[in-house]
Amino acid sequence: MIYDLLFAPFAEFEFMRRALIGGMALALAGAPLGIFLILRRLSLTGDAMSHAILPGAAIGYLVSGLSLGAMTLGGLIAGFVVALASGAVARVTVLREDASLAAFYLISLALGVTIVSLKGSNIDLLHVLFGNVLALDEPTLYLLAAIASMTLFGLALIYRPLVLETVDPLFLASVSRAGAPVQLIFLALVVMNLVAGFHALGTLMAVGLMMLPAAAARMWSADISAMSIIACAIGVASAYLGLIVSFHTGAPSGPLVILVAGLFYLVSLVFGRAGGLVRLIRPRRHLEA
Amino acid sequence: MAAALHFHDLTLGYDLHPAVHHLEGSVARGDLLAVCGPNGAGKSTLLKAIAGAIEPLGGKVERLACKAREIAYLPQAAEIDRSFPVNVFDMVAMGFWHSLGLFGGISRAQRQRVFDAIASVGLTGLEDRSIGTLSGGQMQRMLFARLLLQDAPVILLDEPFTAIDSKTTADLLAVVARWHREERTVIAVLHDDEIIRRHFPKALLLAREAVAWGATNDVLTGENLLRARRMVEAFDRQAHECERVA
Repeated sequence: MIYDLLFAPFAEFEFMRRALIGGMALALAGAPLGIFLILRRLSLTGDAMSHAILPGAAIGYLVSGLSLGAMTLGGLIAGFVVALASGAVARVTVLREDASLAAFYLISLALGVTIVSLKGSNIDLLHVLFGNVLALDEPTLYLLAAIASMTLFGLALIYRPLVLETVDPLFLASVSRAGAPVQLIFLALVVMNLVAGFHALGTLMAVGLMMLPAAAARMWSADISAMSIIACAIGVASAYLGLIVSFHTGAPSGPLVILVAGLFYLVSLVFGRAGGLVRLIRPRRHLEA
Repeated sequence: MAAALHFHDLTLGYDLHPAVHHLEGSVARGDLLAVCGPNGAGKSTLLKAIAGAIEPLGGKVERLACKAREIAYLPQAAEIDRSFPVNVFDMVAMGFWHSLGLFGGISRAQRQRVFDAIASVGLTGLEDRSIGTLSGGQMQRMLFARLLLQDAPVILLDEPFTAIDSKTTADLLAVVARWHREERTVIAVLHDDEIIRRHFPKALLLAREAVAWGATNDVLTGENLLRARRMVEAFDRQAHECERVA
């Protein structure tokens, strides 16, 4: 009974195994990135970037149909262009980075949807917007795994300057030139993971496995290492549970994975020991000194 | 005495308006120099230029004691994200940046030096506290501990005692005095004439141009202070391009 409920879907169906591995790769790499996005107050930037990669993927689709390589390359290029352009606009004009990013991603999203609907069917549009975690083929899986490995390696490489760049940017600037390249590498890792997430979850939800586990983890710990581990665990658990529920109910898998992550977030919001609402209902106490 | 820094006809500013105008002169190695003057006189701008954080509009800063990135610089408005989960020990240990690089671990000897630095600013016992729980004074003590570990030949302090109580100021001035004994070059932007007279042998009175520069008692005269105030008030929005050659 329990075996049928929890393990049989994966033992019996290869597409479920693939989906699980893909989801786990996304969760493992995305969670630590999400932690830094939150600590750098860039949560919405991740969201905006995930929309921004759409026209790139759409142009890739226009050129060669539902092809992994073309859509990935297009997404990466569009992501980098929007990230760099909004950074440049913020430096050169009076607009702040959040405003210019919002402008670019809205243009980008509209452009992407227009391109896809001109050429393709509604099914294709749904695929691009919401992905399909159950249709991950071998090459896509390799791509997800490669991106996850590169992300964890890259994050380890820039970890120290990234922390310093976040907590005390002026100090980092006074001792090293690493600040700007570190920001760029970090942004590049985010874009790469959004493109990876795009294949499984679609552009609209690619950012979900990045932000929701990270935001939930923040409610349980104030230590970055602990937060990263908790976020990874929540992400992997969301992928697994989401797929199980989707298998048994027949509801679409991508949104269910994100919904489960959202559930983890809501529960953490209430019960989290390091920042949840539960702190507020305990009687007020304080120490002697 | 050999020079640590030399300003060659240095002009600094923003949007072409000079904040420091045609500054010429040297800071000797081991100098303990106070930079003072009215608000908007270009004091912070001068420190930024020495630290290499901004490029001059004209002239140049010659750094003879060390490279720009080996200068320890404590900015006035440190943009520290105090909600970031990092503790006092780690924050202070980042003073070892140059010897640690990206991956280097902290050796046992360095660990001891971090504890010593924290002790010499009076923060012993707070090593594990997250920086968000520190008071303004404790924060400044922590930043001084980090400066101690940077072991820099030139140290720049931008209004280090603003909004800091007298006990903390006295403790941190003792750290400054220690740097002076170790023959490091210390340049501090300060507003309190009393502190400057008592603790800083040399002073530079700045009001876009150097009003006076030398022994503190010769610089901080009533006449000079009056001149400094007049020069900044004479700021001209319709200024023409400056063609002066120093």
